[in-house]
Amino acid sequence: MSAPTIGVLALQGDVREHLAVLRGLGATAVTVRRPEELAAVDGLVVPGGESTTMANLAQRFGLLQPLRDAVRGGLPTYGSCAGMIMLADTVLDAPAGQQTIGGLDVTVRRNAFGRQVDSFETEVEIAGVAGGPVHAVFIRAPWVEEAGPGVEVLGRVVGGPADGKIVAVRQGHLVATSFHPELTGDTRVHAVFVELVRAARARHQVSDGATAGADSEGRVS
Amino acid sequence: MTQHASESTDTAPGTGTERVKRGMAEQLKGGVIMDVVTPEQARIAEDAGAVAVMALERVPADIRAQGGIARMSDPDMVAGIIDAVSIPVMAKARIGHFVEAQVLQSLGVDYIDESEVLTPADEAHHIVKTDFTVPFVCGATDLGEALRRIAEGAAMIRSKGEAGTGNVVEATRHMRALRSGIKRLATLDDTELFVAAKELRAPHDLVVEVARTGKLPVVLFTAGGIATPADAAMMMQLGAEGVFVGSGIFKSGDPAQRAAAIVQATTFFDDADVIAKVSRGLGEAIVGINVSTLPQSERYATRGW
Repeated sequence: MSAPTIGVLALQGDVREHLAVLRGLGATAVTVRRPEELAAVDGLVVPGGESTTMANLAQRFGLLQPLRDAVRGGLPTYGSCAGMIMLADTVLDAPAGQQTIGGLDVTVRRNAFGRQVDSFETEVEIAGVAGGPVHAVFIRAPWVEEAGPGVEVLGRVVGGPADGKIVAVRQGHLVATSFHPELTGDTRVHAVFVELVRAARARHQVSDGATAGADSEGRVS
Repeated sequence: MTQHASESTDTAPGTGTERVKRGMAEQLKGGVIMDVVTPEQARIAEDAGAVAVMALERVPADIRAQGGIARMSDPDMVAGIIDAVSIPVMAKARIGHFVEAQVLQSLGVDYIDESEVLTPADEAHHIVKTDFTVPFVCGATDLGEALRRIAEGAAMIRSKGEAGTGNVVEATRHMRALRSGIKRLATLDDTELFVAAKELRAPHDLVVEVARTGKLPVVLFTAGGIATPADAAMMMQLGAEGVFVGSGIFKSGDPAQRAAAIVQATTFFDDADVIAKVSRGLGEAIVGINVSTLPQSERYATRGW
């Protein structure tokens, strides 16, 4: 099967780092700034950056509703840091009226660990990521304050003032982390997401093939 | 002489690392950082889509007009802006004034700009920025200057341009100098890189790193004279990873609309249709100053060593 095409939302943020990791994992990685670019991807990464800026630009350029429709329609999506905020259904400590894409049944607190002088790096065990803890870089990071019943908690901070806080979650086709695996050279979190995209695409091709009848056998291999 | 940053006793493990400092700048990429002098301006900037604000008492155009010594801002004013917005807040310290930097770190600013726009406090030494938990951005006019600042611990570089003029010509000169300096290194062999380090007055290991990667080891923004959406987009096309706008927004006719337009042009810097659309009906830009008529003593870009 050909490589999946994964878009990185490129309105603002550390887009280049995500593109590099995804390409290193064999995906075809492209930037997404317009609805037609969004329509052409098998999966989406919402990068780190400023969530207020991303939301503002997504709204002004008519991308917010297409993003909401795509995410609710099952597009596999991974958000890191600001990306986690963008995917959250509820955001605390945000300016009044800040919009999100939503879809992830969590309440996220912005800048929860504090200001930049409180930004830090540490080890975090992530469920589903083999080979030991992930080295996690938290930069003015959010955490998940409440997770809905359908949300699987993948990782929590251990020790320190934020002991036990949820920093990695998954809900079906949506994955989010408070931290930035794209900054460390450790590609394991992205690898989990790329596999999720591949699996979702294989399922779609099966169901597309089924509706296309006789065509199906040739397309699913 | 020693320099005591306030990080020694109360710093949590894993904070203030090079990766955390440089990584913060990576998050600002593709964004616009706006000079603001009041909490109200800071909120206008946040609403317009700024990725951060620079809190200062006077924008560079007013520093030029009023003269006198330009210093770190009043802590009350910095704290008021920190309280007003949810986006990162930066503030300026004078070149070499490590105690102003300690005060800004204590106030909780997210990034310190060791800035030539303020009156230098030391004519030979810059702040040793590795001593601090808070990250620093510094101005540069060429590759050698950028690498000297990075060696001191700067986690982000910006062109100096000529602040407060509304004239982009110096920022253009600096962005082109940085770009051609980086390109030139890539053509040199190992022997020549030793000479290049000497000529650039920069550490050899950083020179080798730039030659190998074809980029600075930290994020590169542009600053100094950006006044229009087209200015911002031109700097991005010249290789800037983001834009500082100082006097250009709040010295213009319609700050909120101009701020939003510059944010949009920075994201769509390679799409002339978008730049054309957002440039319409912005009202008057900052009047501006012709840099070639500025006396040498009033050229901020010559400050820093």
